[in-house]
Amino acid sequence: MHVEPFTDRNVSEQSAYYYVDIEEYPVTGWDKFKQVVKRSLKGELFIGLWIVMREMIKFDIHTVKYPMEKLPIGPRYRAVHKLLRLWESGFERCIGCGLCEKICISDCIRMDTRIDENSRKEVTEYSINLGRCIFCGYCAEVCPELAIVHGERYENASQQRAHFVIKDDMLTPLDLLVSGQQKDYPGFGSITPHEDERVAKTPLAY
Amino acid sequence: MNEITITIDGKAVQTQEGEFILNAARANGIFIPAICYLTRCSPTLACRICLVEADGKQVYACNSKAKEGMNVVTSTSTIEQEKRAIMEVYDVNHPLECGVCDQSGECELQNYTLELAVDSQSYCIADTFKPAQDWGLIKYDPALCIMCERCITVCKDMIGDGALSTVARGSDAIDPAFKESMPKDAYAMWNKLNKSLIAPNAGDTLDCTNCGECTSVCPVGALVSTDYQYSANAWEHEQIPATCTHCSAGCQISYDIKHTSIADPEDKIYRVKNEWNYVSLCGAGRYGYDFQNSNVTKDAGQFDAAIAAFKKADTIRFTSTITNEEAMILQRLKEKFGYRLINEEARVFKAFLNAYSAISGQSLYSGNLKEVHDSDFVVSIGSALKTDNPNARFAMNNALSMNKGAGLYFHPINDPVINDMSKNVTQFNHAAMMEEAALYLMLDLFGDKAAMPSDVVSYLATFHSTKTVTIEETVDEKVTETVVKKVLNEETGLEEDVNEEVTKTVKKKVSKEVEVDDNRLYDLLNAPAGFADTLIKYLAKKEKFALMVGPDLYSHPNAVNCARLVALIEKYTAFNVTMIPNLSNTLGAALICDLDAAGGSYTIGYNAAGNFTLSALGNGDLDMPALNQQEGTLTSIDKRVNPTNVAVGFGGYTLNDIANALGFNEALTVNYTKQLPVSSGFKAVEFDTLPNYYTNAGEEVRGYLLAVSSVSVNGDESVTRFNESSAMGEGIVYLANPVLHFTPFTAKAHQLKGTGGLYASAAFMSANGVKDGDRVRVKTAQGEIVVNVIADGKIDGEIPYLPTFDTQINSGALFDGYRFATVSIQKA
Repeated sequence: MHVEPFTDRNVSEQSAYYYVDIEEYPVTGWDKFKQVVKRSLKGELFIGLWIVMREMIKFDIHTVKYPMEKLPIGPRYRAVHKLLRLWESGFERCIGCGLCEKICISDCIRMDTRIDENSRKEVTEYSINLGRCIFCGYCAEVCPELAIVHGERYENASQQRAHFVIKDDMLTPLDLLVSGQQKDYPGFGSITPHEDERVAKTPLAY
Repeated sequence: MNEITITIDGKAVQTQEGEFILNAARANGIFIPAICYLTRCSPTLACRICLVEADGKQVYACNSKAKEGMNVVTSTSTIEQEKRAIMEVYDVNHPLECGVCDQSGECELQNYTLELAVDSQSYCIADTFKPAQDWGLIKYDPALCIMCERCITVCKDMIGDGALSTVARGSDAIDPAFKESMPKDAYAMWNKLNKSLIAPNAGDTLDCTNCGECTSVCPVGALVSTDYQYSANAWEHEQIPATCTHCSAGCQISYDIKHTSIADPEDKIYRVKNEWNYVSLCGAGRYGYDFQNSNVTKDAGQFDAAIAAFKKADTIRFTSTITNEEAMILQRLKEKFGYRLINEEARVFKAFLNAYSAISGQSLYSGNLKEVHDSDFVVSIGSALKTDNPNARFAMNNALSMNKGAGLYFHPINDPVINDMSKNVTQFNHAAMMEEAALYLMLDLFGDKAAMPSDVVSYLATFHSTKTVTIEETVDEKVTETVVKKVLNEETGLEEDVNEEVTKTVKKKVSKEVEVDDNRLYDLLNAPAGFADTLIKYLAKKEKFALMVGPDLYSHPNAVNCARLVALIEKYTAFNVTMIPNLSNTLGAALICDLDAAGGSYTIGYNAAGNFTLSALGNGDLDMPALNQQEGTLTSIDKRVNPTNVAVGFGGYTLNDIANALGFNEALTVNYTKQLPVSSGFKAVEFDTLPNYYTNAGEEVRGYLLAVSSVSVNGDESVTRFNESSAMGEGIVYLANPVLHFTPFTAKAHQLKGTGGLYASAAFMSANGVKDGDRVRVKTAQGEIVVNVIADGKIDGEIPYLPTFDTQINSGALFDGYRFATVSIQKA
């Protein structure tokens, strides 16, 4: 990309810049009254409506019809986190190692763990404070189980921040897992391709 | 010991002659890897990774003693090969579950694997199925165990339970091909590892005093605390350096704190850790940490009521579970308002110390637990050692097992834990009230009779008599026999009979009558038969003598005489005397406060009964912070003033707030640290300057030591004779706590919670026809209570005891000062 158009601040008649003819703002009360009357009676509102109408009839629209339509995002985009399940068993992938909690540079991840009935480590509660999260992706990168990943959901508007980031919201629901809608994430934090060839094997002589 | 100089990796290092190379290196900041070695315990030689080259010879740094001029090299190519192979072997079949392992990175296996850059594996063997085991407070996962045997070593050499040992692993044999290809030490270490596993001696579960030191020393996550398991990761904790507040040992600990949960951001103590190379904790210290007074807010109404009560009161009753600073505030209140300060156990301890000082000329006893650790002949009189001060018990056990020591234990209650310490320990289960006889026996056996006061010598002589006994002796006898031998006659070539005289030595038993000295003190103290001979064996090659005296003497009806006898023992024998204060800060309270014997009409109780009670237990009229919610100092048995810090917050009022409302003006309680009485040995130092750590050389850098000043003596060394008829024989009860408990604070901790009762041995229960859980009526001259019988496997004999930790049982009311009382026990 050329940086020239941005660096050339020499505003002249030869340049692409030109002065817009802007009416003087009304100052006195009488002038203001005249402007209101002119705008109301001249029908400026309909000029705007006509332009919209004209463009609609042309059927040459480039606007993405958000929220019905959304642009695809890159696999390495770092949006709101998700907790994934194991494909075969449906168990949570998260083992509660706490590495995400440790690595988090804005200190916004917390988890509660306990020992469950099968003597396994169970993550009873997991939360990310999105008000603090800077979406750096370290948590997904450090996760040894590909359990926490960045999803595609970038709309962060809700009545409460907490709506995105308690465990129930992040974890893949079982019905979606069964219907195959859990996406295994090829992007940030996933294992690099050809990992198998790079791992030194442990001898197993038996 | 001589100071010598050795060279380690070209660096000249000063050390003591006979010190292990490893310790010399550590003390001087030179790193030698070692997994199985524990400072203060015997070298195990399980890991073999501390290989060094000393004067050109490969040795293990943990068991080779330094010699003058020795040249040690820590790294050669063969040593590096060995170390690398050893770490590879440790990693064979080690489960890759570091993510969920409770050690969570505080793992020596991980550290050394990374340190030695083990990035590939050359060895393998079929794994065996090793299911995880639950031992109550402790869990053991044999799959994670690397068989360094540190748990076994610490349990035997330090704690004295000897509750763990190795059992067969049931594994395949190592592929013989490895013997050729592997470095020698790595193969030997693997061979040993591959044959064994850890198991409790008692079968499926542990039979011990539950100190949990094995979990503390475990380098991996094989031995973990059941309660802590999977509740947090090590790195999440903030470590609060503190001093254990349960007994007078004043062990250095750190409270590991973290927020309670996602929903509750309040700090919570998750566990207690200790510097296990230098300090060993008991179970109360390790598991009794959450005794804080929580959910307290400032209630101005209650506070005003407290101030009104203080204005009305003439007496303050308190226990010794307070900091020095709080004791100082109480003393200041006394000075300003003339309150009477009541703390009976601290008062009798102070009286005992004063009586001792009158003869010894020293304001405080001379010994400490470090001296006991270093001694080789340990005597304990008047203390239920394992529960009065577990660290004193560890010190005695450590001295017996590491210094080839011997010991005597004088106490009416037989303690199997003491017997388990060593073969060279004798228990005197004397009758109650006979403590003076034990002290006289010490003077008799070890006193310098030429220097001792003549009336003591003559009194001791009255116990001696000569008696004639018949003994069987084995005598070597020479016997000359004539034997016929066939000898070949070289000239004739024939065999001839030749008579030859042969002298043989034959062992022969003869009965002999000898005159022996009969010491009646032995009979008075129920000494085991033949003790006089045993003692001669015990005393062979002994150099350092330590005597520990306990709370039975302070509350003894003849406490002053006991104290004077103790002072005489210190003066006229080689013994170094250590006194075991009853509670956490009994020594501090005794030195700081001017205590009164009798109270007045209106009493403020601080953690004690009173008309208005301040309580850190949360059951009083005004809540006070518990000792894990306060900063301040505690005075330990080692005469050391140790700092402790705030582990969890407290929302209410402190004693300092009350003092300020009554006219004092100190912003913080710790402002009183520098005001502690210098005349009693304290120093005028700021709290914030007090250190609390151990150096690599094991030097204790904590707080400061009390100055021992000399006291003028009047030369009167008279002691009174003891009354043999005062011995309390059958049917008595003792006032003591069971293992894991000291005060109501330990009973508040969630892992130790439980109700007290009448603790009784199996012998007592069968003799009285009661069993575990029966309700019994315990009646003494002072009163009676109804409690449950609780079986205690850690005592023998027929004397049961009542605890003080359970506030529901008013056991103190049954005793008249002295810890023993005549009792009648009936089924209720």
